[in-house]
Amino acid sequence: MDTSVKNGGITRSDLPLRVINSTPEGIAKAKNRIRRSFRQIRTETVFRQALVIIGLLMVILVMGILLTLVIKSMPSIKALGLKYLWGKTWDPVQDIYGAAPFLLGTLISSFLALVISVPFSLAIAIFLGEYYPKGWLPDFLKNAVELIAAVPSVIYGFWALAVLVPIVRTFESHIGVLAPIGQGIFASSLVLAVMIIPYAASLGRSMIQLVPSQLKEAAYGLGATRWEVIRSVVLPYTKSGLFAGILLSLGRALGETMAVTMVIGNTSLMPHSIFALGNTMASVIANEFSEADKPVYVSALIELGLVLFLVTVVINLIGKKIIDRFTND
Amino acid sequence: MKKNLLSFKSTLTVASLVIASLVIALSLVSCGGGGGASGGDSTGSNDDALLGAGSSFDYILFSKQFSEYNKANGLKVNYQSVGSGAGISQLTNKTVDFGASDAVMNGKQDSALSSPAIHIPITAGAVALSYNLPDVKDTLNLTPDIIAGMFLGTISKWNDPKIVAANKGVKLPSTAIQIVHRSDGSGTTNIFTTYLSKVSTDWNTKVGKGSAVNWPTGIGGKGSEGVSGTVKQTPGAIGYVEMSYVIQNKIPYARVQNKAGNFITPTIASVTAAANVQIPPDSKVSLTNTDAPDGYPISGFSWVIIYKEQKYNDRNLDRASKLLKLLSWMIHDGQQYSPSLNYAPLSPAAVNVGDAILKSATYDGKPILQ
Repeated sequence: MDTSVKNGGITRSDLPLRVINSTPEGIAKAKNRIRRSFRQIRTETVFRQALVIIGLLMVILVMGILLTLVIKSMPSIKALGLKYLWGKTWDPVQDIYGAAPFLLGTLISSFLALVISVPFSLAIAIFLGEYYPKGWLPDFLKNAVELIAAVPSVIYGFWALAVLVPIVRTFESHIGVLAPIGQGIFASSLVLAVMIIPYAASLGRSMIQLVPSQLKEAAYGLGATRWEVIRSVVLPYTKSGLFAGILLSLGRALGETMAVTMVIGNTSLMPHSIFALGNTMASVIANEFSEADKPVYVSALIELGLVLFLVTVVINLIGKKIIDRFTND
Repeated sequence: MKKNLLSFKSTLTVASLVIASLVIALSLVSCGGGGGASGGDSTGSNDDALLGAGSSFDYILFSKQFSEYNKANGLKVNYQSVGSGAGISQLTNKTVDFGASDAVMNGKQDSALSSPAIHIPITAGAVALSYNLPDVKDTLNLTPDIIAGMFLGTISKWNDPKIVAANKGVKLPSTAIQIVHRSDGSGTTNIFTTYLSKVSTDWNTKVGKGSAVNWPTGIGGKGSEGVSGTVKQTPGAIGYVEMSYVIQNKIPYARVQNKAGNFITPTIASVTAAANVQIPPDSKVSLTNTDAPDGYPISGFSWVIIYKEQKYNDRNLDRASKLLKLLSWMIHDGQQYSPSLNYAPLSPAAVNVGDAILKSATYDGKPILQ
């Protein structure tokens, strides 16, 4: 008798053959059993189909978004062509649109935020996952970190504008930045860093808790210190998970709008340093969409959305490749 | 054999699912494209409430007016404050009875309409220049030349000779000027850049006017609160904010020299005065750089926009006349709520023009208001 599960489903012919008593009770009992088995098969199939439908719906949704973005940005693609991508001028009055300053602003602010946040999220993940998995303080810390993700981003924006920006301005005048304004790419990276910490931290914590204790105990048994265990057992074992968490944070940073737009300075000029004013694609869309009064203008803004979509896809693909490389090692 | 048949069946199910979902996706996309056509029904619905959308500047005044009108006449009006541009596109798609805008429709917006629209001046507002100079206690005087120079980046210090000359007796610091502008497209920006284009040829050629422009310098703040917040915490900053906002929030703002040469403080009275000029019959006039000697120069109308021919889709005469009566009430009795909300009431000249425009609206070719 072969296994009863093939391609994820049970088929009739896989039902085990049984010897049935020829007494009436025996036959009734067997019939019942068979009926029950058929019901189980049906439940199995319905459940599987439900999963397929839900999965497909997600794919359709994403494809639908992509298709809509492409169709709606056609007027702008036709009018501006490829130079939209590296054009440095964004002038709605003259109908000249170049996305380069915003593309650059998005990438710089997101990656800077990532660089700032990774040490913190890693530290939190290791602390909660390895050092103190239980107790009131770790529980409190864990909830606090998760709460960070629940705060609406406009609150972060106002907080950054009122608290962070003056601090950044003082910092900038101390290190001798030419025009210490406080707002700009650096300030927005800081607030983004705070916002994305929970994503990498939560995922990292669960990954670290999944490390089999035998591995760690074996390492301890060999005389490894706690630091050595973390460095040579826990981190290598969880690196793909940790990286996935970081990728998740990056995706969040790329798309964040409100908090960024309130402190980044919103200028269409090319950013020349991390302390310069800038703008991101998401922020431009949020700012200008409602009052875009010309068809090409609207379309150029939608194309900005398309570029953001593609950037996210490309970054995710690269991330997947890196994770694959990690797991193959 | 049976087994094969079954797995074939399940492949078939999956395949049909894929096809079905593709159909759904395509129909979703095409819905997005043809939203204008299918959305048109809502105007003609039997729902009693009138629908409006547009300018966020008008929102506070409209809320008050509509609630008072509802108390007196039992007519509900739903107004979405989505921004002037979005209001106009909703009117174009015929999903609302009226749009409200801080700028007159441009050529491209006009040509997108299926039939001509009329603009009715509904209220007037102004743009104030607020600044942050902690050591300066007097109200600053600014000339058009100074304002254009600052926003172009050619005047970069507060003790620039031009500013000193306009403010004799005021001790001005050598702080750098930090420009703050709106980052979101807005009617406020439109009024301000229209003004700058009128008073400065440099501005007109380099930047131009619009609800969003390519700013040569400065920080962009989101909304009135973003601009005033940035101005408040940045020493040496100057930004333009809606007048009602600076009055309510008690932020220092400058006097601006008008065409007649007088320095005018933005107040409700000086904005109404700015509108008391010759207004063309279609009311499409920018009040910026007004000729009125006591008028504040950075002022502008806000308009309600409706179709001139009110018979479209399946609208009935009743709905059209309700709309026209409401608008007529708004420019007459409705104006009494303006001053307390820091809006400038319409000048008599503007009300007269508004009356004439409302009378030109028709239903099936016949005038609606007598």
